[in-house]
Formats: sequence, structure tokens, C-alpha cells
Amino acid sequence: MYPDFINTTPIDLVGVEERVSRLNKRSIKKDSKLQGLKLALSMIDHTTLEGKDSEGKVRQLCQKAKMPYAPLPDLPTVAAVCVYPNMVATAKQALQGSSIHVASVATAFPSGMAQLQIKLDDTKFAIDQGADEVDMVISRGEFLKGNYSFIFDEIAAIKEVCGDIHLKVILETGELETLTNVRKASEIAMHAGADFIKTSTGKVSPAATQPVTLVMLEAIRDYYRETGRMVGMKPAGGIRKAKEALQYLVLVKETLGAPWLSKDWFRFGASSLTNDLLMQIVKQETGVYQSNIYFSND
Amino acid sequence: MSDQTTSSKTVSDQTNGASKPTSPNSDLKLDFSSFWNYSSAPESSENIDIKKKYGHFINGKFVEPAKGRTIKSINPATEEVLTEFAEGTVEDVDAAVSAARKVYETVWSKLDPRERGKYIYRIARMIQERSRELAIVESMDGGKPIRESRDVDVPIAAAHFFYYAGWADKLDYAFPGRKAEPVGVCGQIIPWNFPLLMLAWKIAPALATGNTVVLKPAETTPLTALIFAEICQDAGLPDGVVNIVTGAGQTGSAIVNHKDVDKIAFTGSTKVGKIIQKSLAGTDKKFTLELGGKGANIIFEDASIDQAVEGVVNAIFFNQGHVCCAGSRLLVQEGISEAFIQKLKGRMETLIVGDPLDKNTDIGAINSKTQYERINEYLEIGANEGATMYQSSCDLPENGYYCKPTIFTDISQSNRIVQEEIFGPVLTIQTFRTPDEAIDKANNTPYGLSSGIWTDKGSKIFKVGQNMRSGVVWSNTFNKFDPTSPFGGYKESGVGREGGLHGLYPYTKLVKN
Amino acid sequence: MSKRLDVLKTYKTYVGGKFPRSESDHTYPVYNTKEEKIANACRCTRKDVRDAVVVARSAFNGWSSRSAYNRGQILYRIAEMLEGRKDQFVQELELAGLKSKDALAEVELSIDRLIYYAGWTDKLSQVFGTVNPVASQHFNFSMPDPTGIVGITAPEESPLLGLVSVMAPVIAGGNVCVILSSTTKPLSAVSFGEVLHASDVPAGVVNILTGHQHEMIDHLSSHMDVNGILNTNNSSEIRKQIDENSALNVKRSTHIISDDWSNDEHENPYYILNFQETKTTWHPVGV
Repeated sequence: MYPDFINTTPIDLVGVEERVSRLNKRSIKKDSKLQGLKLALSMIDHTTLEGKDSEGKVRQLCQKAKMPYAPLPDLPTVAAVCVYPNMVATAKQALQGSSIHVASVATAFPSGMAQLQIKLDDTKFAIDQGADEVDMVISRGEFLKGNYSFIFDEIAAIKEVCGDIHLKVILETGELETLTNVRKASEIAMHAGADFIKTSTGKVSPAATQPVTLVMLEAIRDYYRETGRMVGMKPAGGIRKAKEALQYLVLVKETLGAPWLSKDWFRFGASSLTNDLLMQIVKQETGVYQSNIYFSND
Repeated sequence: MSDQTTSSKTVSDQTNGASKPTSPNSDLKLDFSSFWNYSSAPESSENIDIKKKYGHFINGKFVEPAKGRTIKSINPATEEVLTEFAEGTVEDVDAAVSAARKVYETVWSKLDPRERGKYIYRIARMIQERSRELAIVESMDGGKPIRESRDVDVPIAAAHFFYYAGWADKLDYAFPGRKAEPVGVCGQIIPWNFPLLMLAWKIAPALATGNTVVLKPAETTPLTALIFAEICQDAGLPDGVVNIVTGAGQTGSAIVNHKDVDKIAFTGSTKVGKIIQKSLAGTDKKFTLELGGKGANIIFEDASIDQAVEGVVNAIFFNQGHVCCAGSRLLVQEGISEAFIQKLKGRMETLIVGDPLDKNTDIGAINSKTQYERINEYLEIGANEGATMYQSSCDLPENGYYCKPTIFTDISQSNRIVQEEIFGPVLTIQTFRTPDEAIDKANNTPYGLSSGIWTDKGSKIFKVGQNMRSGVVWSNTFNKFDPTSPFGGYKESGVGREGGLHGLYPYTKLVKN
Repeated sequence: MSKRLDVLKTYKTYVGGKFPRSESDHTYPVYNTKEEKIANACRCTRKDVRDAVVVARSAFNGWSSRSAYNRGQILYRIAEMLEGRKDQFVQELELAGLKSKDALAEVELSIDRLIYYAGWTDKLSQVFGTVNPVASQHFNFSMPDPTGIVGITAPEESPLLGLVSVMAPVIAGGNVCVILSSTTKPLSAVSFGEVLHASDVPAGVVNILTGHQHEMIDHLSSHMDVNGILNTNNSSEIRKQIDENSALNVKRSTHIISDDWSNDEHENPYYILNFQETKTTWHPVGV
């Protein structure tokens, strides 16, 4: 039995924004700040998703993932690197020996404008190449047409191909526009088998926002209460500053609670965030404000 | 400080061991506290200069009280004495009223309205300049969280002066067919829940319309009014236009009964409001009363549920529930009540109760020992009446007056905790089945200050809103305040409006053009 | 042929759309200015006040939720009905001792005053309502909303015009009322009840009691289900009594003291506002 996806709970934008703004006023200082920064670092899906990506670029990225900042070798590594399917093998090889996952976008990323068979093949290819996690996109056109069973079936089909491989479902919330749509898409994705729900491809503006993330976290919470199954969350795109990352963690903590404060249940899809977190961590440890020239920009 | 500062894991733990529960708790309760708790983030009160002793502010100067009697002001978060201030007598009130009368006759009522407005603008700016200081003192004196005094009380107080400053030279446009004249000397008595903000609500419109004032702050929270007195001095406001006489009930009574006061504005309990209204019987003094409330917050099953939960939290836990317009009665449609209460309980777990000066505190200290005891009495009454009480599991500091956020279920309309204003973080929850039942229950009270309606259906909002016998209807929101927005009660919640254009009426005599 | 014997009118009260006698069954004599007895009127007591408040309460929701347009039409209808019975009222006022010219002027001004207030019903919230530009993302507006049951002491003189002048603004604004008519000149008040009855005014919206005002004021002004008092009696004791009683349930009490009800200051939208609450509604703006 699946819920009625046509009449999902409505979401009030202003109320969500007020809640976010209130949570943003949490003051994260001292120990909790350092702890939060390191936690955020451990949750990053260090990402490169460009047409000009090459094996060399991906290997550099993987090196950064493994050793974010040489002077502090005890720092956590990022959670995963995220690449296109044809880069998965390269990444897998570069990360050998580490516990860092390789995540691959699939299903005709970023638009999702392809037939199902192509999407299934794309997914299967990524997995065959060694991907530990698959980030798929939903068909936003079908969603906006109200063709919710299409979305459900497509996700279910991809999940079937994934098997035990973690499936993250990208809603591309920037194209869904309303928070009520975000809530609806979240519910469809989770009921169809998503292990994670993810805001954005990074190719559409706005990408991740805190109001969108809050709505998705609340959907995860309600789904958990309903089914007992934990689903993870990944805001992606546009998160560049350590301060924002801490704000996201506050959203997670006060919506879902402590169990979700882990790379197993929460990820940041980002690239430049890594360095800002590192700079802030070093600042916390040394008391001295940092410059980005001391941090490798891979 | 409560132990929110200590995390159950050490800092070096970068990952969360509790990350993979194989099976959820039997009741799927969320765990908000086992990992990454916030370190304390206190706002520093180092630069705050609170004098050992304060006199009245009369005729532009701080003066010793006529009879030398003083009252102590206690920090409710620590139970320590903050300062001592004068207890106003009939003589002190008389001196203040004479000063107000004199400057009213000779200066203030004759001043070009534009210049009058400019003084008020100056005051607004100076409140902004000293905003952090005012916020900290407000939190120390009254126990409210710094987040609220910093983000709500002080900025809205400044905004009030800005708003009314602009009215001073535009009164001809406010009252069709009438010319507005000032009333004269206004006696103003304000409560302890929003000390500076209530002062702004009273003084800004009074000055803008050309009146002079004698204001008495509450006996537990006089400090920001006294800082405001300094601001009046700094702004160069003519001596006597604003007079602050501190004291308790007797001082208030001296103001109410003073023959040369033309208007009384009171915010406080319905009980005292009625005494004031009776004292004024047979006089021609104008009066406005902002009294108690027992606001109903109605949640329909088609509402935006998570935003509604947040609205309920804002409605009753804002300012420790010391809010006359608090949504203290929750009415939830039967079909969603169980799920809604579960969500509310979850949300209550994330409320941080503690040091008012900590930036992360959501619920600060109960304003005074008296109020603390009163709330506890009601908790007992509720339990004795057979209601089911639920409190969040937060820790409370050892010293100071604190109350856990509390909800009561299994109650009905006839319970005392449903009928009487508790003025604390205590919510009663009832259910309803139809809109008519919700309307009936909401209006089944002598109060009529506020109500909340939560539904995604516009036509229902208008229908239910039309039927609410309350001065403020918050639809899909709650406890919002703005200087442009009139505020005040129906029935026993008061007479008159404060805020907006309507807030000018109580301070004017309208004469035919 | 002998001269035809006139049929005298029995003056009753007007409560709940009916014309009951006083619950006490007592009457009192009414005299004209020459001290000649002209009729008996019901001498109402606290029980009549009690009954009138009950029917007024039951009429309030219906009347206050009528459209402003409809209330305006009904007030206009009262004026039309009064115009049609002009002669009756002129005669009654003459009987009470007014000069013909004054009686006619009083009736005509009463008619015009009703029309004046009829026109306000659907303008009140336009002129006195506001849309408030709050700083947050909310739509915010304030509208006048009727206070509820208003107890009215009608002026002793100008028995028709005075009564119309205090009743019309109260009901134009959607309130219901219990009126204590002029003690010494109650007859046109009772006849006016007949006009109301014929004018589509819903039962209970206006209730008119005759009798000694001072015997009823205490009960009316202390009644916990009355929300406001409009007093025209200038006695300082009565004003104080009303004010003190009002404090029992925070009634809005207003005193309008006048010795000339023909003065155009009595055509005044601020009289309507005396018994209006301001209701402010907030709603978020967002998709």
C-alpha cells in the first residue's frame, strides 16, 4: 500500500523560511564548532561533474579526498567522490585502499531526458565500473505533468538494478519550484526505494537551499515514523562555506536527530566546501585566520 | 548552565557511532541529544553598566524618591539582586504629572508637529544604537532569551518609534472629517513580559499625537525604561515630556487616580484592568486596556502540518509563554490529533531551556518567583483535574526560576487550565471534529485577544476568521507583531487598539474640521 | 348619531420581533406637556431587560453576518416605512406636546438620519479599515467588526429623533441593541418598534423597553452578556453607575450628551466606530 501522492501534505513557504531563519540563529561555538566542522568534512561527496572532466582531473580529486590537508593527517577523509559513469573506474582505482566511496551520477544526468532502457543501462554501467553509490535524476517533466506513477516506477526500476548499491534520488528541486512539490517528490522517491534523497544536480539554479533541505528532512522524518526505515539526505550544489555547512547540520540535528549526523545518512554534494571547512578547522586549531593559498584547490 | 555544553562524545570523535540503528525504537522516538550538542554561547554582559540604585526620571532628571523607599530588582535566571530602584509614592507621581502638564501646556503641544516627529525619530535611532545593551539588560532583568530580546523586543521597539514619528505631521490624513488634538497628560502602566516593547507601544503614539507621559514600568522589570530615560535625555527631548516613575501597584494606582491625568493606558491582567476601569468611572479620562487572553490555535487536518507545529511552538513557548496573546489553547482536528501531538512532542525535545543570555536558549527564566509559583500551581491544578501532563525531557539550571515546556491532554472546556490564563509555557490540547465545533470552543471564553487558524484552504480561513471574536487572527502564522498592525482585544481582553493607524485614536480628541 | 368613540392604542414593548407586555404586567401613566394623561406604557423591569438581552444575543450572529449591502437596505427600508407613517408619528409627537412644525421636522430628520446611516454600512470598512504594510512576508489587514449587544439609554427629549440617532449607528455597524426608551415620552418609541417590525429588521436586532430608565439601567449595564453601553443620560450618578458596572466585563461605555439631537454632529461615522472592534488578520504570502 502506497500513500496518495496526489494529496501529500501542503507546505507553507513562509513558515519554512521562518523555521530555517530561527535555526540559523543557533550559535555554534568552541568545541561544538570544531566537532561540527570535522563532521561536515566527513560528509562531503567531493564532486566533479563537468563535460571537460578527464582521468587526470579525477585522480587529483581523489588524492584530495584521501588527504584533504597534509599538515593535519588525522582529519577525517571525505565520504565519497562523485563523478560521471565513465570516470568511475579511474576513481575506484585512485581510491583503492581507502574507505572512500565512489558515487556515480547516472540516468542521463543531469536532464534525465532519455528512455528508461538507456537509464537502466547507464546505471548498470556505473555499477559494473565499480560505483558504490548511484545518484539518479527524476524526470521532472513527467513530475510537473502530474505523472507521479511514472516517477515512482522509474525510481523503482533503477533501484532494482542497484540492488544493494546505495541509490540517491535527485529531485532537482530548482525545477520543481514549490515546496509542496519538493515534499511530494520526496515521498514518491522514498516509497519507491530511494536510500537517499538529494536536492539538485548542481546544473540548475537554485541548487540546494536550506528551506528545500528542511522540507526534505521533514519528509524523511515522517517516512521514518511511518515505516521505520531511515533514509539519507544530500543537499548538493551551492554550498560553499563552512558556516552554511554548520547551518545544514543544525537542520539535521533538530529535525532528524543524532542518528542522522553521520556520513551514512547525510552528505554534502560540493567541491569548494572542502577547502573552506579545512580553513575553518585550521583556524579553530591555531586561532589564526587562514588564506586559501595554503590549501590545495583540487 | 545546563549540561548542554557537554557532548556525550569527545571532540575527537568525528563520526557518529550511533549512526546505524538496525531497528528503530518501538515508538520511533527521535534522539536529539546523544551527539553534537551545542557548546554554551553566552552573550557577554561585561560592558553593561547597571547602577546600584535608580531614582525616578522626572522633568528630565533622575531624582530621589520623595519617601526614599526602594524595591530590589532580581535577575530571575540567577535569583541575584541586579539593582535597587525607587518605589513611587503619590508625591512622586504628582511631581511627574506636574512636570508633564507644564511642558504639555508650554512647549510640547505648541511645537511644530514636524519637529515633534523629529524628536521621535531621534529616539528610534538611539534605541537602535544602544540595541545590544538594551537587549542584554532586558534579558538580565526579565529572564527572556537574548535571541528574543535581540531579534524581537528591541528592533520592534525601535520600529514603533520610527513608525509613529512619521505620523506626527500627518495626523490630518488619519481621521476623515476630523482634526486630531492631543489628549494631554497620559498615565501609562506597562507589564513585565515585554518591558521595552510595551514602553514603545505606549510612548511612541502618545508623543506623536502631541501628548506628554508619565509611565510606570513593572516592578520586576524597570531597567530598560530607565535606560530609555537616558535616551530621552540624549535625544534632547524637552524636560517633562517623558517621565518614568518606578514602583508597584500602589504607584500605578496613584497614576490612575491622579486628577490631572487625562488618559490612562494600561497593559496587564484583566483583574487589574477591571479595577482601573472601575476607578475611572464617572471621570472623563480616556482609557485603553490591553488585558489577558486565552487564545485558541485551531489546526485543521488540511493544514501545513509541520509549519503548524512550529506555529504552535511559537504561540505558546515564545517568551516563556508570558504573552497575553499566547495561543495557549490548542484545538486540533480529531483525525490528525495523535500524529500532531507526536510531532509537537518531538519538537518540544529540541527546545533549549536555560540561561537567558545564552544565544541558543529558546526558553529563558520565568520572570519572577511569584509567577513561577503561580505556574506551578496551575500544573498541579491540571494534574488534579485529571489531565495528562507531558513535559519535555530537558534539564533545568539549578538556580533561577525555570519551567519545562508543558502540554496537557485529556482535558475539556470546563477544566480550569483551559479557562484561566496561566501566562507560562503551558499548553492545553483539545480536539474538534467540525469547523463549527472549533469556532464554538475558540470563542467559549471571556477573553478575545488572539486566535490562530491553520488550513491550506483559503475560503476556510476567511470563514473561520470572520467568526473569531478576537482582535488578532493569525492565519497560518502566530505571534507576529509589527508597528503598522493594530493589536488589541475583544470582550474582557481589553478596549482600544495599539499599533497602526488605529493606535492613534486613544491618544487624540477628534474635533470637527 | 352619536360621535364615534376613538379606539385607543395599547402601548406595549418591542422585544424579539414581538410586542409583549412587561413581564411584571405593570404600566405607568404617560402625560403630555400639559400634564394631561395620554396613555399607559409598560413599566419594564429587570426581567424584561434579561429577556431582551437573551433575544438580542440570539439575533447577533445573524445580523452581524448579513452583508453590509443588506444591512444598508434594511436601514433604508426603515426610513421608507417611517416616511409612510409620517402622519402617525407627527400626531403622536403632537400628542406628547410638540408643536406641529417641530413634530414634522423631527420625523423628517429621523427619516433622513436613517438614510444617512443606511449609506454608511457598506463604506465603513473602506474608510476605517486598513491594509497594514508589515515588514514581514505577510498580508495584513484590519477591519471593523461589531462589538455585540449594546445597551442604549435613549434621550429623554426628542423621543423619536433621539432614539433613531442612537440606534441607527449601532445597528448599521452590525450590533444588536436593547434600548430603554425615553421615560416620559415612550410612545413614539413603541410605535417605532412597529415600523421596525414592518421593515425586514430581523427579530431581536432592536429591542425597545419602556419604563423608568433608572429602574433598568443598573441591570442593563451590569449584565455580563451586554458588550457595550451607549448612554445619553447626563446624570453624573447614572454615568458613574454605568461606568462602574461596565468594569464588570470590560464593556465599552460611551456617553453622548446632547440637548439638540437635530444638530448634524449626530450624523457621524465615529458613532458607528464607538461599537466596533478592530480585527487584524495576518496571512503569509508565498507559494
